[in-house]
Order: sequence, then structure tokens, then C-alpha cells
Amino acid sequence: MTEKFDIVTAGSAATDGVAPATQRNIPHRGGAANPSATALATRFPGSVLRTDVVWGETTVMVARADVLAIMQWLHDEPSERYDYLSDVTAVEYRDFDQPIEVVWHLRSLPFRRFLRVKTQLEKNKELEVASVWGIWKAADWMERECYDMFGIRFTGHPDLRRILMWEQYKEGYPLRKDFPLRGRFSRAEQLRQALSQNPEAKYSMEELSIADAFEDLPEEMRKRLGAGERTGE
Amino acid sequence: MANRTVEVELSTSGLDAQGRPQRVPLMSGDGGAPIDVMPHEAMEPELAGDHMLINIGPQHPATHGVLRLVLELDGETVVRCIPHVGYLHCGFEKIGEYRQYNQIIPWTDREDYLNSIGNNVAFALGAERLFGIEITERCTVLRVIAAELSRVISHLVWLGTTCIDIGAFTPFLWAFQERENVYNLLEGWVGARLTTSATRVGGMAADIPSGWMDGLQQFIRNFPQTLDEIDRMLTKNAIWVGRTIGLGVMSPEEAINWGLSGPMLRASGVAYDVRKDFPYLDYETYDFDVPVGTNGDVYDRFLVRMEELRQSIRILQQAADRLPDGPVNVDDARVILPPKSKATSEMESMIHHFKQVMEGPRPPAGESYVAVESPKGEKGYYMVSDGTSKPVRWRIRPPSFINLAAIPKMVEGHLLSDVIAINASIDIVMGEIDR
Repeated sequence: MTEKFDIVTAGSAATDGVAPATQRNIPHRGGAANPSATALATRFPGSVLRTDVVWGETTVMVARADVLAIMQWLHDEPSERYDYLSDVTAVEYRDFDQPIEVVWHLRSLPFRRFLRVKTQLEKNKELEVASVWGIWKAADWMERECYDMFGIRFTGHPDLRRILMWEQYKEGYPLRKDFPLRGRFSRAEQLRQALSQNPEAKYSMEELSIADAFEDLPEEMRKRLGAGERTGE
Repeated sequence: MANRTVEVELSTSGLDAQGRPQRVPLMSGDGGAPIDVMPHEAMEPELAGDHMLINIGPQHPATHGVLRLVLELDGETVVRCIPHVGYLHCGFEKIGEYRQYNQIIPWTDREDYLNSIGNNVAFALGAERLFGIEITERCTVLRVIAAELSRVISHLVWLGTTCIDIGAFTPFLWAFQERENVYNLLEGWVGARLTTSATRVGGMAADIPSGWMDGLQQFIRNFPQTLDEIDRMLTKNAIWVGRTIGLGVMSPEEAINWGLSGPMLRASGVAYDVRKDFPYLDYETYDFDVPVGTNGDVYDRFLVRMEELRQSIRILQQAADRLPDGPVNVDDARVILPPKSKATSEMESMIHHFKQVMEGPRPPAGESYVAVESPKGEKGYYMVSDGTSKPVRWRIRPPSFINLAAIPKMVEGHLLSDVIAINASIDIVMGEIDR
């Protein structure tokens, strides 16, 4: 059996041949913007609200309604090719009147570019934005986490449920600024709820739909589920 | 471009020369004709087509922490895998919003605890971009040493635990012995072994003590021999090859689309290494190679990590050779405390010290996303500042969390026992996944 195993002397994800270097003496504001920001503003004139360059990183603020179209274009356009989704997250500011921002960090491996795309969600409206799961599968768990922590609904995500907290978690969304550091309930109440959850003994309805799985459950659990207890996650 | 040829050396009964399990016909007691074994379907018809629900974890040694996998099995073949995480959720990102920048550094130890000093370096780099600080030459090289030592530790733990999962015990002992040497080095430098908290915004907690470089040189000399032994033990071992080859394959396009990073991505043939493509800490000036697999299976991930260990040693050697003299901390009164002797003898320095500790350094309003190549993949710290001494948002981009998200795809169609090997090949750390 012959298995090829290559060693490359340089990161060759990019094809442009320009040797990258550690950034030095980056200005706080200003500096050269990522060329994709200009291209994006030309292609979607009404949806790119503003472009900032902070610490050498280009941020494009886009209109919420056009997020999906913009992302699809960034991914598909041959001169951009943002094929790698680094991160999906959200930011809530301490100033209560400031809207929540959803942040996508994109990388174009062929062109060695980094772009931050943001959109704003008004707090008094429904926190909803289009899911990019259809473009990058990487968004799957990152969007679930963002939903879990901020309560932002990503429309079009196939399986948007809590991921780090359990489904019956009642205290809300932990990373929101109105969520106290110690949680909403007293320590005693939190402990009581946590102990009563026993999440590893539970299966979701999806899991229980697996043929005959219900019959395989322990007698005690079948009884609890039969009595109408909700399943975990 | 060097190609490697794998020829299995140790042949084992039950495996053919390629390491694939052989079907040995059952022989009857008198050494004559094979026993006529009826197929399973015929013997137990009621079992055919029945899917089984299997739960692994959260407390299971092969899940590398508190990971829970719910598997739907058809016989021994995995039809569907539903992972559950969150059992170790501590809310690091929430706590970070209530801490000053230097106070967050101990939290970075505790997320990916196998790469603690590497996380310290990554966080400090992110915070320094937010403050607009250029660190000193000596600090840059020291941080490269820290990050590469940390990569060695993490890969050794991965190697050892994966060996245990797949059934080899000896390389585990060898790997952990070498890991112990690195921990001794770290202990001599920063005083702690596991939770190092070694960096500060603008520098390091401590310079290396005298004689420390001798210890590092000794490690650089000795470690490749251990690595060669492990290499001889595993790389052409029929059992090892048979249990890793062809498992959990991700094509390059899939690997990019699923956001895999680190050895997981490179094993699939994508030469994306943050150190090369988006360099930091002057990595572009070091001479090192990026190993890239071709098949994207568990065996390629093993080869990539083994080669990365060798490349880390190369980088360590170059860093040790070039370590310049000079200050470790930047000369910037915004972030660095005055020397202790001055703080106890001069009024201005004491006030400075007091304000620095009580109020904390304040970066200008802004945001930064700094990614480094951690042993698990692209580790990013995204920080948003509103001009106060505590971040508005501190986000960890957890590579093992995003790598693990692909496990339902990778295990589909494989055997139950291969789930363990595939899960091990992702190199997860639950502290980082759940944060």
C-alpha cells in the first residue's frame, strides 16, 4: 500500500504567491481597507451601510435583510471566494439603546483575506437573521451557540436548539447584558433545577423516534415519559 | 515535495498485509471442512432491520471528557450520530466581561487546558492589538517558544490518549514521559505546570531563569529520539494502520466548508496554517514546513500531527538560537506595572501601581480578532472594547468545538468501534468546547 504524504514549505492555501508577514504598527483607525469591502459596496450599493477599518481589520456593516444574498455572493464570486467561515457570534453593548450586532468572521483562503461582516438587530423587535448554514456547514453549531447565548433566531437553520445549556433551561440567554453574572435564580434554586434535570438520562424526541428505542429504555424512564415528562434537549 | 510510502511491517494474524481484517473461515474441530455458518439474518430474523439506540458518555474514558454521543446503529454500523455537549459549560465569555484584560488570562488557561500557555499567548496578542502595542523582540521569541512547547504537549496528549483508545499502551507512556519534561520546563519558567497564566498584556509574567535554555536544548536533543521510537512503533504497525486508515474521511472541499482547522483540515489536503497564511509573532521568518495529508482520514491526521511535532522542534531550535537580549515587557506605562522597588519607594510609582491594579488598563474603543494556530486549529480571540477597562465582549473561537461539529458526518457508515478512533482523531478538549 502506498500512501502519499506531502510536506509543503509554505502555507499554500493561497495561490497569489505574495508572502504574508506579521502585521506591525497597525493604526487604530484608518489604513488600507480589504478590497472586498469596496467590491461589496459596488455590488450591493443600498445594503452596505458603512465600512470601518479598526486595527487593520475591515468591518462591513450590512443591512439585515440582505445578509444571505451578500454572504452567498462573497462565497461564490470568483474574485472574492470567501470559502472559510471562521466565526459567527454576537455582541451586545453595555449601552442598552445600542442594537445587538451579529458578527461573521470570514476568510478567503485563496486570496488570504479576512473580512468581518456585521448586521444590527434592534432590541425591541424580533431578534432574527438569516442563517448561513446553507453556504457554510461550519455555521451549524456556531449559530446554535449564538441562539443559546443571545436568543438570536437564525431563520433557515435546520436544527436550531440550545447546545451548551439544556433545553429546559429557564433563566434566559446567559450572554445578554440584562442577565446577571450569578444567574437569575438563587443558588439554591439553580442547584435544585440542575439536580432535577439529570440531562444525560434523557433522549430527545428525535432520538426516541429511532425504531423501538422507546422500548429499550429502562422501565422507570418509560414510566416517566409516559406520564408526560418532557425529554431533554 | 516528499512522498511517504507506508508498508506495513508487523503482520498480525487476522489481518492481511494491508492491515485490513481478514475473514478467517471457522474450522471444525477435526481440522477438516469449514463449519457451515448460517448468516445472522437467517439465524435471528427478528433482529434484521432493527435499529438500536446506543448512548456513549458523558462519563466515558474514550470520549475525552464529558462528551455524550447518541448513536443509531444498524447492527454495528452507525446510521446517525447526535452529539451532546455543554456538560462543562462555565460561562468563560460571560465572566470575561466582568474582568480586566490581565485578569482574563487565567481563564484562558482553563479552556483548552492542554494548550494553556499557547492560549495565554493568543489572548495577549489579541489584547495587544486592542491596545495598539508592539511587543519587544525578546518577548516575541519567548512567546514562540511557549506556543511551540504547548503544541508539543497537546500533540503528545493527543497521541497518548489516541493510542489508548485504539489499543496501544506503550506509546502512551513514552508520550507522557516527554510531556512531563515539557511541564518541568514550564514549571521552571512560570512556576505552574498546567495553568500557566504566563503572559501579560505587553509582555510576559516572567523572563526565563538562568540556565533554562540548557533545559530546552536538552529537550530539543532528546525528544526526536522518543518521537522516532513512537514512529517505529505505530506508523507501519499493521494494527494501527488497519484501525485508522480510511476512517472519517473529509474531502478538502468538505473540510473547508465545515470550518475544520488545524491538523484536521491539513490532513484533508488543505495547506492552511495560520502561522503561514496570516502570520503573527514573526512566524514568517522561521523555516518550517506544513505537513499536508492526501486522504483526510484518521491515519493522515496521525501523520500530520507526528510531522508537526518534528516541525515544532525545528522552530524551537531556531527560536533558541535567535533569542535576543533585552527587555521582555514593553516600555508602556499604560499596561506595565512599575518595578516593585520603585513602587515601594516612590510616590508616583506607587500611585501608578495602585491605579494600574485597581482600575486596570483601558484600551481605546474598538475591536480585534486575532487568530493563532493552536494545536487544535484556528484559535481566535475576538474582543470588543468600549474604552473601559473591561471588554464588552470576549469571544473564543474554539477550534475543537467546530471540528467536533463534523463528527455526525464523519462517523456515518462506520463501525461502532471506529467511532472511538474518529472521535480521538479530532483531538477535542471539552474545556474548550463547553467553555
